[in-house]
Amino acid sequence: MTPMIDFGPLLPEYPSEIIMGVLLMVVVWLVLRAKVVPMFEQMYVERADKIQGGMERASKAQAEAEAALAQYRAQLDGAREEAAKIREDAKAQAAQILADQRQRAADEAAAMLEQARHQIEAERHQAAEQLRGEVGGLAATLAGKVLGESLDDDTRAKATIDRFIADLEAGVSEGQPA
Amino acid sequence: MRPLIPLEGATASYEPPSLHNFQFGGIYGGPDWLNRPLVQAVAAAIIVIAFWLWASRQLKTVPTRRQFVFEYFYEFIRNGVARDALGHDFRKYVPYLLGLFSFIWVNNLFEIFFLTMFPTMANIGYAWALAIIAWIVYNWAGVRRHGVGGYLRRSLFPSGVPAPLYVLVTPIEFMSNILIRPLTLGLRLFGNMFAGHLVVLVFVVGGSYLMLHGSQPIYHVAGVVSLLFSFLIFALELLVCTLQAYIFTVLTAQYVASSIADEH
Repeated sequence: MTPMIDFGPLLPEYPSEIIMGVLLMVVVWLVLRAKVVPMFEQMYVERADKIQGGMERASKAQAEAEAALAQYRAQLDGAREEAAKIREDAKAQAAQILADQRQRAADEAAAMLEQARHQIEAERHQAAEQLRGEVGGLAATLAGKVLGESLDDDTRAKATIDRFIADLEAGVSEGQPA
Repeated sequence: MRPLIPLEGATASYEPPSLHNFQFGGIYGGPDWLNRPLVQAVAAAIIVIAFWLWASRQLKTVPTRRQFVFEYFYEFIRNGVARDALGHDFRKYVPYLLGLFSFIWVNNLFEIFFLTMFPTMANIGYAWALAIIAWIVYNWAGVRRHGVGGYLRRSLFPSGVPAPLYVLVTPIEFMSNILIRPLTLGLRLFGNMFAGHLVVLVFVVGGSYLMLHGSQPIYHVAGVVSLLFSFLIFALELLVCTLQAYIFTVLTAQYVASSIADEH
């Protein structure tokens, strides 16, 4: 039977066209669904995992590097502090040693001075004693010569001489020329 | 109907390209339906299947240069069509859309492949077949997502329309969603390939005739120019072949997307 309107090429010439078209398309679809697309999708999943894993590894490595850096920095700071402390200690110690030495030198000098003063005092004493004896004898002799009489054994004369010497000493101790 | 147009002083009668160029008898003395387009369609299916089986062999996470090309094609449909149109649950439709595009494209390329020189889709039965499948796929997708009632309500009674207007809107939606979509899908594909092949025939057959049998020198020149121009037409047809395969696939994906969308 012929249709009312002539559709021309708009109707298939053979039903086989539609049947085979559907059949072939379905076969293509099923094969791609069973074999092709799963392979691609699986590969994409693996790739995503790999990239993600790589990124995680990279971030982990970075974190480790940062931790190591922080540790080195801390160690460096510690070492610097220690060095500064050692330097400070050394400086303090040096100052201490210097002060000690200075003190010791000063003490020694003072001791030597003291000793020298003692010796001088002792020698002065000795000289004074000696001089007193000699001056007494000399004065007595001189007075005896002046007076024309011997005062050697006279008690009065002896007292006079002693008083004279004492006056003399008092004059010396007041800073007057002897 | 084979009109004969006698040219002035022509040595052979000219037979302009027409519908008979799209009708084939059975090959090798077989039945009429076992014709060239059918062989082409089978060949296209075999080529598509063989290509993708080959392409999906030994896929590596770090692609080789060859695999990179395969992935480019695959992602063209997977990301460029399926994911863009369908959103997060696009994976279910990738095999269909990939097969659809590949199958149409290879069949269309037969138009300019020198051994076949005929687009399978210029026999409308193949275009109708793909349109029918697309119709089933997008309606089925909607029914499976929303149920029969939910799908019909969503596609025929769009929300946000004042109730009286459904008198107007529902028939339009029915025509658009249920009838027009598969018709336009099939007709668009068929019409482009049919017309393209016809244009090629006009330039090649007509040009050859003018060149060989023209009665005046100017006809020979025109025939040569026409044949040269047919190369440009071939280039244009390469574009049309690809574009039509792409459009069919994209529109199918869009129809599926509108079927499974939560709101219209």
